[in-house]
Order: sequence, then C-alpha cells, then structure tokens
Amino acid sequence: MIARILAMVMRYLFIYKRSYIRIAELVFFPLMDLLVWGFVTLYLEQVTQSKAVLFMLGGIILWDIFFRAQQAVGMSVLQEMWVGNTLNLFVSPLRSYELIISTAIVGFIRALITISGLGACAYLLYAFNILELGFALVPLFGLLLFFGWTVGLFTAALILRYGEAAESLAWIVPFLIQPFVAVFYPVSALPPLLQVFAQVFPCTHIFEGMRSVLHDGGIPWGSLVSAFLLTLVWISLTGTYLARTLTHVRRKGYLTTAARG
Amino acid sequence: MTVVTVTNVVKRFGETIAVRGISFSAERGEILGLLGPNGAGKTTTMHMMLGLTSHDEGSVRILDLEMPKDRYQILQRVNFASAYVSLPANLTIDESLYVYGKLYNVKDPKRRAKEVLEELEVDLPGSALVGTLSAGQKTRLNLCKALLNKPAVLFLDEPTASLDPDIAIKVRAILKKLQKNHGTTIIYTSHYMQEVEELCDRTIFLARGSIVATGTPAEIRERSKLKNLEEVFVTIARDGELRDSAEKDDR
Ligand SMILES: Nc1ncnc2c1ncn2[C@@H]1O[C@H](COP(=O)(O)OP(=O)(O)OP(=O)(O)O)[C@@H](O)[C@H]1O
Ligand SMILES: [Mg+2]
Repeated sequence: MIARILAMVMRYLFIYKRSYIRIAELVFFPLMDLLVWGFVTLYLEQVTQSKAVLFMLGGIILWDIFFRAQQAVGMSVLQEMWVGNTLNLFVSPLRSYELIISTAIVGFIRALITISGLGACAYLLYAFNILELGFALVPLFGLLLFFGWTVGLFTAALILRYGEAAESLAWIVPFLIQPFVAVFYPVSALPPLLQVFAQVFPCTHIFEGMRSVLHDGGIPWGSLVSAFLLTLVWISLTGTYLARTLTHVRRKGYLTTAARG
Repeated sequence: MTVVTVTNVVKRFGETIAVRGISFSAERGEILGLLGPNGAGKTTTMHMMLGLTSHDEGSVRILDLEMPKDRYQILQRVNFASAYVSLPANLTIDESLYVYGKLYNVKDPKRRAKEVLEELEVDLPGSALVGTLSAGQKTRLNLCKALLNKPAVLFLDEPTASLDPDIAIKVRAILKKLQKNHGTTIIYTSHYMQEVEELCDRTIFLARGSIVATGTPAEIRERSKLKNLEEVFVTIARDGELRDSAEKDDR
C-alpha cells in the first residue's frame, strides 16, 4: 500500500522536476494577489487606521493553502485524462483511496511551498510575519489542508461523473464558496441570513480563528474544534458521493470514454 | 486449467445492448481472439473482465476469483494494453515504467523495466518523454507496461494496430514466447485476420453483442466452407451471423 502511494506521489513530482514553470506557478499567481490586495489595504489602512492589512494578508496566504490542497486532489483525475493514463491506472492494483492519499500528499507539499514563498514575500513587502500566528498556525494549516482535500475530492468526483466538461468547475469550486466563508472580512460583515449559511463551512471558522489570533494572540479553541467537526461531516458526505460516483461511472462505462450522455 | 470464465454476461448502455448474454472461457496458456465488426462488443467485454465497466447480469471469474468482488487481487495478476491507451505523456519512459513497476509491486522495478524494454526492442533513451513517441513506439511501450508484473492473463485490445509489419511480427513472436514459456493466457482483439489465424488457438466471433461463431481458426473455416477468416469476418459483418455450410446446402 505504502509503495503504491509513494509511486503515485513520485508520478506527480517527476513532472515538477522538469517544469520550472509549474514550480513558479505555485508562488507566482498568489504573489500577484498578495501585491495587489496588499497595497490596496495598505492604502486603506493609511486612511482608516485599522488592522485591515494584517487580516487581508493572513487571508490571502491561508486561502492559498486551501486552494492548493483542493487543486492537487481535484485536478489529479483531470490530469490523468489529459495524458491518456486513466485506464492504465484503473486496471492497476492501485486502490482509489491510495490515489487520493497520494494526491493529498502532493497537495500538502504544494501548500507548504506556497505558504513559505508567500510568507517570505509578505514579510519583505509588508513586514507581515505569518509566524506571528504562533502555534495556532499548525492547526489552522492542518484544517485548511483537510478541508481543501475534501473539496478536492468532491471536484474529482464531479470530473469523473461529468468528464472534461467539468474542467472549469475544478477551478471554480473554491471560488463558489469564497464569498461566504469570511476569508477577507469577518462573518459579521455578511447579511444576517448569509451569516447563518456561512457557519456550515469549516473555512468560516478557520478564518474567524485566524483573525482572532491576529487580534489578541490567544488560541481560538472554539473555532478550531468547530472547523474540525464540520470537516469530518463534509468528508464523510464527500466520500459517500465519490463511492457512489465510482459505481455510477463503472455502470455507464465512463472510465473508458471521454463521452458523457 | 480454466483461468477465465464468463457466464451469461449482459451489458446495457441505456437503450443500446452492447453485450447480450455471452458465455465463454479461456484455458491457461491459451491465446483467445475476440473478433467481430466495429461495435460488436469486444472492447466492452474486455473492459468488463477488467472491472472497468460493470456487467448488468451474469458473472466474470478470473483465476478463481470473482470480478468485481475480488477486483484488486485479480488486477494484481493480470495486465492490459491497448493501442488506444497511453502511459502518462508527461513522464519519461524510465519514470513511467518505474511508477507502474511500483504500482504492481514488482521487486526490482528498474531491472524489470530494462528486461521488458529489451524484450520489445524499444531502443530509445529512457529519458525520452512518452508524449513525444510515435504511435508505434507508444504501442510497444504499452506492451512493456503490460508485461511488468508477468501477468497470468494478458488482455490486449488491438495491440498491433499502428505497428509496422516488422515490429508486428516481433510482437507476435513475443506473445507466442510468453504463452510457451510462462503459460500466459492471452485474450486479444484484432482486425487483422491473417494475424489472428497465425496467433490464435481459438477465436470467438461477436456480432451485435452475441457470439455467432467459435472454434479454432481451422474449425471455423471448415464449418463455414470459407477460404479464410477474412471471408468469415466479412460474411459475419454483412449477414450478422455465420450459417453452417450444411444449413446453406439445405436451402
Ligand atoms: N460508455 C458507453 N456508453 C454508451 N454506449 C457504449 C459505451 N461503450 C460502448 N458503447 C456501445 O456499445 C457497443 C459495443 O462497443 P464496443 O466498443 O465494445 O465495440 P468493439 O467491438 O470494441 O468495436 P471496435 O471494433 O470498433 O473497437 C457499441 O454500439 C457502442 O456504441
Ligand atoms: Mg474496440
């Protein structure tokens, strides 16, 4: 089992070995975000005198952890379709969960690269030290990874079921929830009805937790535990959906064709 | 010893009935040809044996195990190659064979990769990207992958499509050698009837999802009083069945 998981991790890392663009991509796009929004909030801060910059930069960096984890798991099926490798994998002894774990590991590595790169840039540009989050950074990072994998799993299931037509969804899914999960502003900034809706996403509690740490330095246990429990619920729902999707695509013969009817 | 038993297997895709209750078996060390016109159900049948597509009715038993219940035990001991499926285009030859060697739990994947590359006479640099290979080179590399785990049953879907005649002859020789030396059972589809006549111990002709003829190439020729399998094939493709010559005489 371990050997097969490692083999798949290598399968994805081999690609990075040759492609500097891919590595640059891990830091480049989020860096652009960091530049634009960092300066915007820097300006606003001059005008309004608040901790806005702190929250904004924290939000950008932490959001990207979630995004990288989601992409690694969610895009894996699509990547295999692109290179014509899906069938070979599905006739090999590789279990579905082993494939998922290997992509989760790749997601972890990608998130680690992103957070280090962005953390360094934020420090140089805005004197924002992500390590100021202290010990709380560990559970925040872990929870974001965990929920990122979960959403990635859901994305992968959509792609299996709806084929390459769902390709754009793979990119969009994280941004569909972004407005509601209080990444860049507190939940209290949302209209009352949306505030309730926001509670069902682990991300909401994670970002609220982040702001609370940046605000007074204490560890927001309540938020962390809520986020953890919610993620457990989400992952069991997603896992069930994925299992059902696999049965469905085997019945429809979708593993062997790009066509969906 | 019977290693593959397919019993009354049915597959429907919505309105289309791709496979209509077929039964057949394959013995250890047998080369079995699945033949028939386009859309007859050959690929679907093969995919059901590999658990890629689930069957609606009937049962598929391979190596005394049940598909899909014992999926992974079966998949560990069989393998598959098709001219229409590729190894990851963005990996090199060495990398992709290494990854698949590991996936199949091969002891020394690097050495085994070298062996199969030599066996199939792939003399390309191991650092060449799979995506840059020609169609025939890819096909040969797929066969390399399919041999990595020394499969007891080898499923090949049009393995010689896009091979040049010289390599096709070599591939046939390799398949014969596998059969002789390792007792490998080979189930394969092909549209080259000459190749089928040379290679197959037994053939199954499918048309519109049903078996319309089965036997050794010689038996089928004999019964139909046709000159060769090519003529048998054309008759089946046009009539959708193969009447015994005796029946024909009656009319
Ligand atoms: N996933 C699918 N969804 C719907 N119909 C399918 C699917 N896969 C195969 N079919 C249909 O099932 C029938 C059998 O197809 P199959 O691919 O098994 O034929 P084949 O014998 O391999 O043909 P060829 O010689 O062209 O490769 C065809 O009518 C095909 O359209
Ligand atoms: Mg076919």
